[in-house]
Amino acid sequence: MSRDVLLKIEGLRIEGRSGDTWTEIVKGVDLTLHKGEVLGLIGESGAGKSTVGLAAMGFARDGCRITGGTIDFDGIDLRKASEKVKRDLKGARIAYVAQSAAASFNPAHRLIDQYCEAPVVHDVMSRDEAERDAIDLYRRMQLPDPDGIGFRYPHQVSGGQLQRAMTAMAMSCRPDLIIFDEPTTALDVTTQIEVLAAIRDIVRQFDTAAIYITHDLAVVAQAADRIKVLLRGEEVEEAETRRMLDAPREDYTKSLWAVRSFARPEQPAPSGQPILSVKDVTAAYGTVNVLEDVSFDIHAGRTVAVVGESGSGKSTTARVITGLLPPKRGEVLFEGSPLPPALKGRTREQLRQVQMIYQMADTALNPKLKLRELIGRPAQMYLGLQGRALTERVRDLLHLIELDPDTYIDRLPGELSGGQKQRIGIARALAAEPKLIICDEVTSALDQIVQEGILKLLDRLQREFGLAYMFITHDLATVRAIADDVVVMQRGRVIEQGPKAEMFAPPHEPYTELLLSSVPEMDPDWLTRLLAAREAGQTPATA
Amino acid sequence: MGFATSVLLGLAGLFALAWVLRAGARSILTGQSRSIANDIPLTAAFGLLVIAIYAAVAIAAPALAPFPEREIVGGQFQAWSAEHLLGTDRIGRDMLSRLIYGARNTVGIAFATTALAFVVGSILGLWAALTGGWLDQVLSRFVDALMSIPALIFSLLLLTIFGTSVLTLILVIAAVDATRVFRLARAVAQGIVVMDYIEAAKLRGEGAWFLIRREILPNAMAPLVAEFGLRFCFVFLTISSLSFLGLGIKPPTADWGSMVRDNATLITFGDVTPLLPAGCIALLTVAVNFVVDWQLHRASGLKES
Repeated sequence: MSRDVLLKIEGLRIEGRSGDTWTEIVKGVDLTLHKGEVLGLIGESGAGKSTVGLAAMGFARDGCRITGGTIDFDGIDLRKASEKVKRDLKGARIAYVAQSAAASFNPAHRLIDQYCEAPVVHDVMSRDEAERDAIDLYRRMQLPDPDGIGFRYPHQVSGGQLQRAMTAMAMSCRPDLIIFDEPTTALDVTTQIEVLAAIRDIVRQFDTAAIYITHDLAVVAQAADRIKVLLRGEEVEEAETRRMLDAPREDYTKSLWAVRSFARPEQPAPSGQPILSVKDVTAAYGTVNVLEDVSFDIHAGRTVAVVGESGSGKSTTARVITGLLPPKRGEVLFEGSPLPPALKGRTREQLRQVQMIYQMADTALNPKLKLRELIGRPAQMYLGLQGRALTERVRDLLHLIELDPDTYIDRLPGELSGGQKQRIGIARALAAEPKLIICDEVTSALDQIVQEGILKLLDRLQREFGLAYMFITHDLATVRAIADDVVVMQRGRVIEQGPKAEMFAPPHEPYTELLLSSVPEMDPDWLTRLLAAREAGQTPATA
Repeated sequence: MGFATSVLLGLAGLFALAWVLRAGARSILTGQSRSIANDIPLTAAFGLLVIAIYAAVAIAAPALAPFPEREIVGGQFQAWSAEHLLGTDRIGRDMLSRLIYGARNTVGIAFATTALAFVVGSILGLWAALTGGWLDQVLSRFVDALMSIPALIFSLLLLTIFGTSVLTLILVIAAVDATRVFRLARAVAQGIVVMDYIEAAKLRGEGAWFLIRREILPNAMAPLVAEFGLRFCFVFLTISSLSFLGLGIKPPTADWGSMVRDNATLITFGDVTPLLPAGCIALLTVAVNFVVDWQLHRASGLKES
């Protein structure tokens, strides 16, 4: 590491405003980045990762202000620099890649027009040169049809392609520093690999320094030279990637590493009649079949994980089970007797037995209702509880999900954290005292540590009440942690199904193999090995 | 000029009173209402005070007015004097008394009309958005058809058919206004019914009335409240226009809109009396919009700007 220092941040302090008071959210962080080096910045949400990332460009979000420390970018003091100097740097020498490429692209312009904007404005290239350069970079990012893809609009390409186009765009002025803010978090595992590999290659090819912000350790291990762990605005520790993975020093870092270690004990093999059977279901939106002959069973007290990438029909299956989408053919049996296909035909008792927890707790909870009503309503409706009995039930449910009733019962969802909101979603499902709960990607919007808490809670509730779960997810780490049975779906069909132990042991169907091998591992060489193996056309051994 | 000064002094006095009352409320109230009193901006306190005064005047009109509403008690167009504080009108009725009774008639009718238009329009709009399909089509196209007829002409038509009592006046203007509210409520609700919590409530087996009342309406309140303030002011205009055409509030019932018109000739003589009813309307609309702005701010969760 004898290379020149590119970015040096010392004693950075940033305050955020809530109401009329300012609280410190970054408390004296130091950061040194050399030319061509990739620094991984990890921590749970609220750790100040993104805030530090933006500060590296000399910016603070609305409602935030930089109150202390120095930010030195290649000899320029970014705290004292004028807006014009910072604007000239941004795009030309420092670029930023946000988590949601879909939200960062202007939907009204073609990709290549947006690519060319920065180089032309900063007088790096002419429009023609920029277009040729864009096609070259699209090729290097391994985008399909590099000559033509730039002439499409953002909604005409997939999420993973968009994220790569965004990275290419960030590269357009050949910046010295790129800040990646959770660039793969919103993507499927299979797509994540492609984006990750593309990012890693391009950064190496152009010898660009990068700050890679994420909460996923396994991901950052593939890309970063050094890793810095943040907790509540303070640095926990920083070390070279390999040393950090092998021998974390601090307890907090060790706990981050241990997150994926949660595993449910093996359940005895199922016996008797399944609680829910999906039998040969074919369903369509309009004339397009989105499910074809889907069949599987869910037994009491067991968790069935339904996995597959987006568009594979996982959530559609849930819609068929809940009655939102009546199937074209086939039926859904609940405890042996067929459920009416449409929601309207079902009795209140049938509705009570199957409850649902959603991915985005933000949109699944009515923001204007207090927790008392949110959780109380199902109990009031299905079980006829009123007045004091209802309040008691709500308090019990809050206890069950480990929230203090006195503090929370009269709060609105907006006053809770992401994990707490998801807990409310669980409590609402429990309030109906169902036999089956459908969990639709319930942890994918959450941090790892919070995920861990939710999974443990779901596991405890399952054992306490003998619940059956249908767990829809694309995260195989979660499947490994909590599933008893696994159903793999692709393009509306069930590819493979069986008990977890069988599913995670070879031989696999090719698609299952692809999914399994795409789950990042805590090993800096994992991606390199995987890509080499895929190149060679082999199937790498997976644990 | 003495008149302008006294108007300014009067407004300043109202603001000062609003400030005092707010400070009083802060020190007396506790709990939830206390935090509202803490948040309330001075403009909204002023608005509430003005509305309260109007309401008190409207309710207590017979006790407050020195003369009856319809009786001729003096000569035509008498100047301001100790006996007739604001003079008399075109046929010799006491201006002050008619202003006070006007509060009762005009404000009462405007409020009833707007409230009715909102209840009907928003419930139908939310219902259409929630149900979708043919019900939405039928209601929306019907509303489109109604809206394609110019509002004033349509009101005239209806009033000619059903006669011109105060009740039909309220119903007719409410019907015309409800079409606008319907469109707004439907548009707002269409963004809400696609949320997961609506799906969750449907899966729970909730009926349409519960969905409208508890799940959609609380989230659609902000734009509806804003529209309420606007519509309330427009209703004054509509009533005045209809009165002008002889189909609104009929003489001799006091109405601010027609009072302006009846006494308009006085303006040419430099007398401000005809402007007083107009001023009453202006003050009330400003007050209502102050309160509406505040509610909008609260409902949309914009705690700070």
